[in-house]
Amino acid sequence: MSETTPGVQVDVFSKARTDELTSMEKIRCILDSVKEGNVVVLSAGLSSDEESRLVEKTMSEINPDNFTGIEIKRPNRTPSQSGGFFSKFVGSDDGGNDITFVAPADKIEEVDAEDGELLSALLHGE
Amino acid sequence: MSQHMFDGIKKAVGKVLPMSLFSDGEPKRIGIYGPPNAGKSTLTNQIIKDWADDEDEDLVDTSELEHETQKAQRKSVTIERNDATVNLDVVDTPGVTTEVNYEDFMEDMDKEDAVDRSRGATEGVAEAMHWLREDVDGVIYVIDSTKDPFTQVNTMLVGIIESQDLPAVVLANKTDLDGSNVQRVESAFPQHDVVAGSAKSGENIGDLYDEIAEKFG
Repeated sequence: MSETTPGVQVDVFSKARTDELTSMEKIRCILDSVKEGNVVVLSAGLSSDEESRLVEKTMSEINPDNFTGIEIKRPNRTPSQSGGFFSKFVGSDDGGNDITFVAPADKIEEVDAEDGELLSALLHGE
Repeated sequence: MSQHMFDGIKKAVGKVLPMSLFSDGEPKRIGIYGPPNAGKSTLTNQIIKDWADDEDEDLVDTSELEHETQKAQRKSVTIERNDATVNLDVVDTPGVTTEVNYEDFMEDMDKEDAVDRSRGATEGVAEAMHWLREDVDGVIYVIDSTKDPFTQVNTMLVGIIESQDLPAVVLANKTDLDGSNVQRVESAFPQHDVVAGSAKSGENIGDLYDEIAEKFG
């Protein structure tokens, strides 16, 4: 996308794409994209271990002048749904089941799922 | 066999066997985790005051400002409950977040100090994440019960704790404050034991010690 084009670039990573990558390659791809101001959508999510390493790596790359960190969002659920709130987010396979948004800090207003059928993301405008 | 190798084997075996098999008096490392300003350092100090051997044991610094704790700090305590004695190395960790902006500190300090604080915070969060993956045997997860527990940081940390099969106790903290909602915390952590109390006032902290002794003993 041109640097002069207004808007937010969204990079969608398919499961096939992320399955080809090692955890560290995945984290590197995510961070490189997010540091350019893009929103990354991972159709297969991240494992808990990968999420932990992503946060650790993010912290080492925060720069007061141009990168203040990331947001990790997954579709919103309510505690009343079966299994409880966190089990829905974490999933049954070490967290690697749920579509996940990773964005520069404060870029995402909300990510919501209606009955598990419609996924909507509201991004902050510039 | 080196101590490092032995510890590694012991941790791996401990994933599939009950921790009690290793109750040889060696302290277990219990990480105190949670988001910034949940009351982790206040709880650490309460535990030190109640259980540290040395009455002159240094307390950790606390503050109303976020990211006061910038390095994990380990304190040794022996907790005695219900005829059980539990040796713990309690690790007070920096509050976990996914973003740190020095401008958030500018109301309370000049830019240079704010940048220093943000750098310390990022290093502290990275260290806390590393400890959680590699160096703790259990977790006390501290939540400010006056705040919404349904946050991505809580989701992420609990996911990591569960994926590591770490025993955990959740403290719904700050029950002495208006707006405390313990039921909301319980609904957010349905698969974990939640103790409601106040690390600052000491309210109900005895129940937390009972839970710690049962879970980590």
